Amino acid sequence: MSQTSAGYPETNSQILSSYTELPFYRKQNRIALKNCGIIDPKNIDEYIARDGYRALGNALTELSPDDVIAIIKDSSLRGRGGAGFATGIKWEFCRRSRATPKFVICNADEGDPGAFMDRSILEGDPHSVIEGMAIAAYAIGAHEGYIYCRAEYPLAIAHLKTAIAQAHDYGLLGENILGTEFNFDLFIKEGAGAFVCGEETALMASIEGRRGEPRPRPPFPAVSGLWQKPSNVNNVKSYALAPQIILNGADWFNSIGTQKSPGTAIFALTGKINNTGLIEVPMGIQLREIIFDIGGAIPGGKQFKAVQTGGPLGGCLPASALDTPVDFDSLVEAGATMGSGGMIVVDEDTCMVEFARYFLTFASAESCGKCVPCRIGGQRLLEALTRITEGKGTPQDLEDINYISRNMKEGSLCALGQLTPGPVMAALRFFEDEFRAHIFDNQCPAKVCKGLITFTIIAEKCEGCMVCLRNCTSDAITGSKRQPHVIDIERCSRCGICATVCKFDAVKVD
Amino acid sequence: MSRLNNVNDLSLLRENLQEKIQAEQEDKIIITIGMGTCGLAAGAGDTFRKIQNELTNRNITATVRSVGCIGMCVKEPLVDIQLPGQPRITYTNVVPSHVPRLIEEHILKGLVVYEWAIGFVPPEW
Repeated sequence: MSQTSAGYPETNSQILSSYTELPFYRKQNRIALKNCGIIDPKNIDEYIARDGYRALGNALTELSPDDVIAIIKDSSLRGRGGAGFATGIKWEFCRRSRATPKFVICNADEGDPGAFMDRSILEGDPHSVIEGMAIAAYAIGAHEGYIYCRAEYPLAIAHLKTAIAQAHDYGLLGENILGTEFNFDLFIKEGAGAFVCGEETALMASIEGRRGEPRPRPPFPAVSGLWQKPSNVNNVKSYALAPQIILNGADWFNSIGTQKSPGTAIFALTGKINNTGLIEVPMGIQLREIIFDIGGAIPGGKQFKAVQTGGPLGGCLPASALDTPVDFDSLVEAGATMGSGGMIVVDEDTCMVEFARYFLTFASAESCGKCVPCRIGGQRLLEALTRITEGKGTPQDLEDINYISRNMKEGSLCALGQLTPGPVMAALRFFEDEFRAHIFDNQCPAKVCKGLITFTIIAEKCEGCMVCLRNCTSDAITGSKRQPHVIDIERCSRCGICATVCKFDAVKVD
Repeated sequence: MSRLNNVNDLSLLRENLQEKIQAEQEDKIIITIGMGTCGLAAGAGDTFRKIQNELTNRNITATVRSVGCIGMCVKEPLVDIQLPGQPRITYTNVVPSHVPRLIEEHILKGLVVYEWAIGFVPPEW
């Protein structure tokens, strides 16, 4: 290997930083993501070399199912799907249910726009989820598990299939795992992409081959779940954390994060932020640290305006909330939710009414239609918001939004309907001025809503280069060479292309 | 692959694999490409093929492996080059046209291409 004797790394590696010194990673603590991007997910050997299946081995040979549950309970792990329910208590409920057989189910129906936490884990470290599910199965007394993954994640499904087959070959799945009495088999159910199937009762209905609709709880899945048998449903991230907790102990997990939300949180950082990516941070870190230190602030020197956590069922927080610690309870207190881990940052160019309308469009379109508050409430909310963005809103619309939201929250069958008004309520709470500007002043402060803005050319600045004229999509610009151009407001479709292409900053938006 | 019949089998396998991986890192050139959905969307597939072609054409023996997302999705495709016994250096936004220079300078001459490198993966990861 003479080609490699050229003198690095002694001198060179000192100039180059370790990942742990990079701003993007410095404040991260990668536990669930520890193997992602490090190991080849298609090769079980690389997982095993990094202590893979060691926690399962320990659990099967040294711990009773009750011991496993005690460790998870002591760790105070809270479900990473969003609700934050204590995982150990959930496992215990399921263990105490007398009916058999029992099932473990992994909810990988990640559907929030801009969220890719679960996908990344399944693609990058599928064995961590399989091991976590096997541990859970041992703890509750199940011998069969299902991973409900959306069909839009073909790579995740392919890696899972490879991983399951390899685990079978080693006898880490199947009968008499590691020579013990424990049997566990795992199946993948591909979801067709209905958002509501991320709700656990709808998810189980879908596995059974029925229409993906939620049903009232109780009975909870731990008592009567899949095929009316006791079932434990956890998110991908919760299962991925379980082996680490078994290996390192409950005290270790409690030493990370906050007292009420121990451990780490995983976020998919997207939107108007420089470092789009996947992060894992200790709970309790401030929003500001995530957005400005890890996320590297807002591109183009623009002002931060808001951050949406919890996806289309979460809420947005304004700049004044940037000091909020990121944990289950503090985020709810501040007016948003933890959710499953989507974090969308928006800058000053975003209209918060339109932003809320976007999420509402998504959530109302995904209503399964079973219960009235969600099915009709979502539509009526969307109509009110659309009127406001079109400049046709009235003060009555604001009252209606409040009234409908309250009733959806109280009366809907599942979390989808209960939380659909979330983004609207949060936007209204923190950005009421913007709503009022749309309604009372006929203005969109961010200059986004087409019904409320006009484009005009400032004659003094216009050089008559004809670039805007040629690019106009609705032939609304007239003028001749070297003469100031004019926009015909009647024909203008408010697409904004003229403002984008103008080199002289001559197009004004009001 | 033989079946693991007890926890001892698993421990032994783990130890063997750790030794094997360590040995590989000490005497092989290892190229790692981020090929999760974020990497593929950024063009990691083309980068992957270009690397394989270049290695074949130049008769270089190297282990080329693909991994999932390491988090810096915005900087995909990420390509790590690890020379025998040396740190695993990460290059960002590696489009196929970057590949020849990375191979010539880093792999053949052992010189890090600083302008495209972001850092090295700490050994403890």
